[in-house]
Amino acid sequence: MTDATITEPEATEHHDDGHGHASDVLYMKVAAGLAVLTGMEVAWPYLIDDGPVLMFPLLIVMAIKFVIIAAFFMHLKFDSKILSRVFYSGLGLAVGVYIIALLTFRVFEGQV
Amino acid sequence: MTETTLSDELDDARALEQRSERAAAYADGPDGHDHHATNTGISNPKLAMWVFLGSECLLFGGLISTFLLYKHNNQAGGPTPHELYDIELTSISSFVLLMSSLTMVLAVSAIQRGEHSRLRLWLATTAILGATFIAGQVYEFQVFVKEGLGFTTNAAGSAFFALTGFHGVHVSLGIVMLLSALVLSLAGRIPQARAEAVEIVGLYWHFVDVVWVLIFTVVYLIP
Repeated sequence: MTDATITEPEATEHHDDGHGHASDVLYMKVAAGLAVLTGMEVAWPYLIDDGPVLMFPLLIVMAIKFVIIAAFFMHLKFDSKILSRVFYSGLGLAVGVYIIALLTFRVFEGQV
Repeated sequence: MTETTLSDELDDARALEQRSERAAAYADGPDGHDHHATNTGISNPKLAMWVFLGSECLLFGGLISTFLLYKHNNQAGGPTPHELYDIELTSISSFVLLMSSLTMVLAVSAIQRGEHSRLRLWLATTAILGATFIAGQVYEFQVFVKEGLGFTTNAAGSAFFALTGFHGVHVSLGIVMLLSALVLSLAGRIPQARAEAVEIVGLYWHFVDVVWVLIFTVVYLIP
């Protein structure tokens, strides 16, 4: 691959520090995937009435969308691992603290 | 013994010099990133933004948890938000915000390649999509108020407006940041070497989007 080729929008860009960002085409594919997942999310409550069968797939798709956006659009997949640790530490702390708080108030009773 | 010490010192000096050269080369990298010689290899503004975003997780976690606690609480009268949701409208808003993340990442990609006209196009598109999302939210709030659910009507309404309102404020601030970047770019003050500034604005914007992914599912789709 020549230098001229690597600067094209379609090419994956690699930097001197070992980091690389995805190509525009990959970003568009990721966005299309996210749109499909959102469509599935919206359709699911129309197919399933209520209960864990409704809730768990929605939560799983939500988590997948979250990770995809963080990994590709926020470049965590390509950037230093320190950034992933910083962000996911904050997120993990938040999820842990608030799940404990919600369990204390018995919010999930009858749902799980 | 003396010769050994001198030799060691010479080696240390050479190693220090090489490290300085590497740091200087890294800081002046021609790859479109405004690198700085830090211990982590990550520039301080970028690391600061990530730490800020990590702390924002706690803020939105608190607001989402509060909503989950009070979402059925209408003891003070009035409807609950769940009775008034317009899922079709919110789905379209969510899609618009999701696509704004795509245009934002394309803007970052454009400035990293030094394509300034494309940067401006994608920044403007992202700001317009963000404004469209805010317009949808304002419309939703108006409908809710007309239907009898205001901020102080009941606990469920307070929790709902606090959560989605805080998110709306974040989106609005993001739009201000995008427009500022657009104006700076038009003034020629965002050269390719400062692409990281746009990347940092992008990080904030994607975070706003990723928080909406959580809110859309937890607040709107799960009854």
